[in-house]
Amino acid sequence: MTDILPFLDSLISAPGLSAYERPVAQLIQDKWKPLVDEISSSRIGSLHGLKKGRGKSPRPSIMIATHMDAIGLMVTKVVDGFIHLDEIGGIDVRILPGTPVIVHGKQDLPGVIVMPLLKILPEDTRDGAIGLRHLLVDTGLLPSKVASLVRVGDLVSFNTPPTELSGEVISGHSLDNRASVAALTICLEELQTKLHLWDVWAVATAQEEETLGGAATSAFHLNPDLAIVVDVTFAKGPGVDGWENFPLGKGPTLGWGANLHPYLYKKFKELADRLEIPVAMDITPTHSGTDAYSIQVARNGIPTIVIGIPLRYMHTPVEVVAVKDIQRAGRLIAEFISSLELDFASKISWEDDDAK
Amino acid sequence: MPNKTPTISAPQFKLLEKLCRAVGVSGGEGEVRKIVLDEIKSSVDEVKVDALGNVLATKKGRGAKRLRVMLDAHMDEVGFMLVADDGEGLYRFKIIGGIDPRNLAGKQVVVGKEHFPGVIGAKPIHHTTPEERKKPLAEDALRIDLGPESKIKVGERGTFAPNFQRVGPSLMSKALDNRLGIATLIEFLKVSYPNVDLCAAFTVQEEIGLRGAKVAAQYFRPDLAIVIDATPANDLPMQFEGENIFYNTKLGLGPALYVSNSSAIDDPRLVCFIQDIAQKAKIPYQIRQPGGGGTNAGGIQRTVVGVPVVSISVPHRYTHSPISVARIDDWKNMPALLHAAISQITPALLKR
Repeated sequence: MTDILPFLDSLISAPGLSAYERPVAQLIQDKWKPLVDEISSSRIGSLHGLKKGRGKSPRPSIMIATHMDAIGLMVTKVVDGFIHLDEIGGIDVRILPGTPVIVHGKQDLPGVIVMPLLKILPEDTRDGAIGLRHLLVDTGLLPSKVASLVRVGDLVSFNTPPTELSGEVISGHSLDNRASVAALTICLEELQTKLHLWDVWAVATAQEEETLGGAATSAFHLNPDLAIVVDVTFAKGPGVDGWENFPLGKGPTLGWGANLHPYLYKKFKELADRLEIPVAMDITPTHSGTDAYSIQVARNGIPTIVIGIPLRYMHTPVEVVAVKDIQRAGRLIAEFISSLELDFASKISWEDDDAK
Repeated sequence: MPNKTPTISAPQFKLLEKLCRAVGVSGGEGEVRKIVLDEIKSSVDEVKVDALGNVLATKKGRGAKRLRVMLDAHMDEVGFMLVADDGEGLYRFKIIGGIDPRNLAGKQVVVGKEHFPGVIGAKPIHHTTPEERKKPLAEDALRIDLGPESKIKVGERGTFAPNFQRVGPSLMSKALDNRLGIATLIEFLKVSYPNVDLCAAFTVQEEIGLRGAKVAAQYFRPDLAIVIDATPANDLPMQFEGENIFYNTKLGLGPALYVSNSSAIDDPRLVCFIQDIAQKAKIPYQIRQPGGGGTNAGGIQRTVVGVPVVSISVPHRYTHSPISVARIDDWKNMPALLHAAISQITPALLKR
């Protein structure tokens, strides 16, 4: 297995906020190009890589979707050189003061999100968490310069550099969901030397954090017989230890619930057990909170499953993920794809759900 | 006449960056101390490290009736200490110095002499309620995550991850308070002032009660002391109606001269003297708004038989946060003003 870290580091150093995925999409395109037979972009910016199967045409196809967009912020006004913000995606604003950012103005400007001295805030806002309307970006530039370079609507992305913690754990921003893009890349690398009958659509979707629009339109466009969504899930961590949380570095998760097809769950579980890849059941009774929500109901309905990679501190600039879980997810998906017989899709039954 | 003028140019920026990247939390200033000792040892007459870890250096003048002038700059910065190991690389911590806990969540940190990287995370927003998100995240609810195979022991200190950069007219970094002062003071030891004995104190534990400076003053017993520090600039636009009258200092108006604060009333003779010098030499300066806050002047003034003190600081925004912002020109004017003042100090100054 090649070392995925340099690629992952580049992914989490690149901007690519929802609907503005171009910078990160370019990195992914460059990486995937030698690993697939065809590559193109959808009309709203998702990336479609096709790796053709060895089965006789017309072949069935499987789509593996990983969203590439990231959460971030947008400029709402500029006052005396200080930049006011709104959020893109879901951000707990309590993590913002002191966060390094890049303001994507006429040129990229480094800056920091700051909390003003309490005395200059309205009295009723001083005791609690400081709301987004009072958090500002300081770029270190003079007000006239900021006014000439920054406009309302410009994007602001996190700028925490990638860091490796002890125990092969990576930290940075946008690991949700660039960690899964890395897993899909590992899958494509594994498929270079594995026979697979099915066509494989490797898809990096746009706009998951806001609209799920990339996944919905790519599923319609590609019309796959099956879909796998790879996304991050909630790892156990400080103050986070519920039934919906999974230990970091102890294996990926398989989604279970109305949004995911139980037969796919069963097949993945059997395969993981055979390969001795540890997996846990990620229970989402209704909405999986992922691209699977829109893919499942595309066209005539698409059997879909979610593979989860446990991640701590989701939607903060210091998300944490274990490299081992990324590798396991990539390998598991590659093995699943190469195990697919041409008639697999005809065997799928919603009743066949005794895998639990 | 002094043999040269201390100025800020490429080597000083490099030194400042090195100082800002060092970790020197109160009580653990060793990394900064080492840089200081390396920088000054060849240019001073005497240097020692005292019982608290202060670096105390003397550079004698040559003339008769020389005043003993203490220049103080604190080496320590705010940070934290690991206090309990929760397992799996997660640690509880206690803040050292005045950090608003609202600056902690979502930040990168470094811990220990080796600068082991870590993060202070936060619960995913998906697991919080809107009500919960209105309450600040408290220190004891947060953990430092050093990764599952961390071998670090409790008792180690750490702080925000180094992040120095020069951007346009500004410097952005952790610990500009007070590595700006340290970098400035180091330059003064490279100059010879015939009219005074320079007593340079690179002090410890300022952030936790002005402790090092008191001991340094008791050792030097100076005739007067000038404290070189960084002071908050709260010069942001008012966030509701009215004018911001709480700015303390403003970026870009020059070094800030203290008159009075919680820790000391600055000596009026020294305050007038420095203002006169600045006006005559046309060096920009500003008066730091009187009020709360404190500097080592408070630790020095009331030692031994009393020491006339004055504080001069470089203004910087967002003090004690992961990234502060200061203006390069304000820093450049700091040695200019200090140099003009020190060169003209005579015993007559204190007889007024």
